[in-house]
Amino acid sequence: MDNGYRPELLVMPSSLEEMRLLGAAGANAFTVGEARYGMRLAGEFDLKAVQHAAEYTRANNFKLYAAVNNLIDNETLPDLPAYIRGLAEAGVDAVIFGDPAVLMTVRSEAPQLELHWNAEMTSTNYATANYWGRRGAHRVVLARELNMEQVIEVKQHTELQVEVQVHGMTNIYHSKRSLLHSYLDHQAKSGIESELKEEPGSFGQTGGLFLVETERPEERYPIYEDSNGTHIMSSDDICMLENLHELLEAGIDSFKIEGILKTPAYNETVVRAYRYVIDKYLKDPAGYQFQDEWLEPIREIQDPKRELSFGFFYKEQVY
Amino acid sequence: MTTMTKPRYTGKRHRLDKPELLAPAGSLEKLKFAVHYGADAVYIGGQKYGLRSNAGNFSFEEMKEGVEFANRYGAKVFVATNIYAHNEDIEGLEQYLKELENAGIAAIIAADPAIIETAQRVAPKLEVHLSTQQSTLNWQAVKFWKDEGLPRVVLARETSVEEIAEIKAHVDIEIEAFIHGAMCSSFSGRCVLSNHFTDRDSNRGGCCQSCRWKYDLFVDEDAPAFQEQDDKFTMGSKDLCMIEHLPDLIEVGIDSFKIEGRMKSLHYVATVVNVYRQAIDAYFADPEGYELKQEWLDEIHKAANRPLNTGFFFDTPGSEDHIYEPEDKPAPYDFAGVVMAYDEVKGEALVQQRNHFKPGQEVEFVGPEGTFFKQIVGAITDEEGNELDAARHPLQLIRMRVEQPVKAMDMMRKRTGKSK
Repeated sequence: MDNGYRPELLVMPSSLEEMRLLGAAGANAFTVGEARYGMRLAGEFDLKAVQHAAEYTRANNFKLYAAVNNLIDNETLPDLPAYIRGLAEAGVDAVIFGDPAVLMTVRSEAPQLELHWNAEMTSTNYATANYWGRRGAHRVVLARELNMEQVIEVKQHTELQVEVQVHGMTNIYHSKRSLLHSYLDHQAKSGIESELKEEPGSFGQTGGLFLVETERPEERYPIYEDSNGTHIMSSDDICMLENLHELLEAGIDSFKIEGILKTPAYNETVVRAYRYVIDKYLKDPAGYQFQDEWLEPIREIQDPKRELSFGFFYKEQVY
Repeated sequence: MTTMTKPRYTGKRHRLDKPELLAPAGSLEKLKFAVHYGADAVYIGGQKYGLRSNAGNFSFEEMKEGVEFANRYGAKVFVATNIYAHNEDIEGLEQYLKELENAGIAAIIAADPAIIETAQRVAPKLEVHLSTQQSTLNWQAVKFWKDEGLPRVVLARETSVEEIAEIKAHVDIEIEAFIHGAMCSSFSGRCVLSNHFTDRDSNRGGCCQSCRWKYDLFVDEDAPAFQEQDDKFTMGSKDLCMIEHLPDLIEVGIDSFKIEGRMKSLHYVATVVNVYRQAIDAYFADPEGYELKQEWLDEIHKAANRPLNTGFFFDTPGSEDHIYEPEDKPAPYDFAGVVMAYDEVKGEALVQQRNHFKPGQEVEFVGPEGTFFKQIVGAITDEEGNELDAARHPLQLIRMRVEQPVKAMDMMRKRTGKSK
């Protein structure tokens, strides 16, 4: 029986070209933005590029979301209304926000746009999701530190659409400080030479830098700097492919694949695998059974130094 | 530390003539000392919903006693309910907030709208202050929270004096800012290192301070950026200390000056509160003639456990503001005892031991006015008058002659190091 349930497969491309690649592989929703307003983007999309992206998504009946989820400072406020209007004119379907200033600006400048509440690690319960829902949010993007029971419970207790990250790395620390620069400056003052030279991009997403904690030599935590500060990322990649049916059964509205710090080829493989599994499930939910070989393409392309994990989905945390 | 060369920003405090001095209190005893040494308000943690699950958190009975004590000084008690709740935390929240209201708590400090909204609904006498965990940086967000009925916002630690002035100019609301103590080097709330390293939920009080651990930085697989013997990478920040810049903070109109440290000792809290109390009062007694006193800096350093800086108030912290090297204790003093009573006739104090001390050692006495005299410890006895060669036992009551009158709740420090 078809109940009309068609969950979305959402990914963040680094360019229009990658977007088309991922669309062809089975993604049907995309997040884009620019670093002045959006946090941890895979690539820069100025308003012109957003417009091109929107032409593509409209033509294919896909969705386009603008990431305006930075922690906003005073200096950004004066330009925010025009930017929001620009996004609306460019044709995005929704704005992703964390800061209340963005919510207020969308309500005043482009009330027709949907609002997705994404406060990263602090979107942790249904009561707060519903609070933002009453103030205009249509969707909650859940923190990755929740477990399966909590995710399902949120879905059961909210009218909002629920978005869950099912694949890729997660941010685990965000500072406004330029910690790589600070460290290199400190070493230089002590007269210590390093392999690492400051060149364009060497501290950024393509710099390939990572941290290793003394007690955990096997775990590599990517670190980079950008105009929003310093970002440290998880040492593992969430991969929920095998257990996606648990989330499908719960009726989760959007499955996100985090595309940051990955190649287009990697993202394409991952999107294809999730599209396959979603379609298999929807075709026959009752008879659905996961086949291990469906995971094989991801295993083949996965960096062997980065574990494919279930994230926090089956963990109990203490405090 | 940076000094400001630009003209001072001026703003208006919302409700108070003097900024409130807000101190942490990890226990009932610390609460009493914080208030006695001059805090206008203290913030504590209850048994649930707070971000310091390892602090000595208060029962409702202790809260009532704390409120009663604070009220005698005209001081208020706030409770930190600053977690980001998970679904299972919502059950019991209403009852908890009502209990806080019944205990006479003046305000809660909350980050999660689920808690904010519940408090407004079930415990309307509780003020709700927006926690720094919301990382609020801009005036429009501040205005949002004012429109939601919150009388006070604790700003993100990343806001500068200039940004605070702009917020003050746009929104008529109480602004609270951290002025002293340890800092998250991340945006508050935007760190789950503990979750990843130890399965402890940092946003529900499980933070294990992974930002202060040491890390190797790699350029690629086989290329560490530095050698084994070089200083390692860390995110660990120096501690905030704004005592040298108090006039800037007063004039920009910050309504509440907050000291961090619910996990800190009684001696730390009392000493730091004492210094800021004196400085604020000195400023308001004579704003034109106000001068920073060297003894305030000395006192701060006797309490400090890390090197100090000015956070984001004047500039984004750089290489000088993080702790890459081993730390030294800044000042050679340790907390040694608390005065319980003073016998005027005999010139004798009854001191509760808080650390080993013995005859011949140099000690100094500190009260709400500051450090007021030093002396060498003479003969000491236990309560019954038996002479002792040293005060060895924690909380032991000791009688000793003092060279000047002292009062209950004065503190005694000993000079450390082998020379004395």
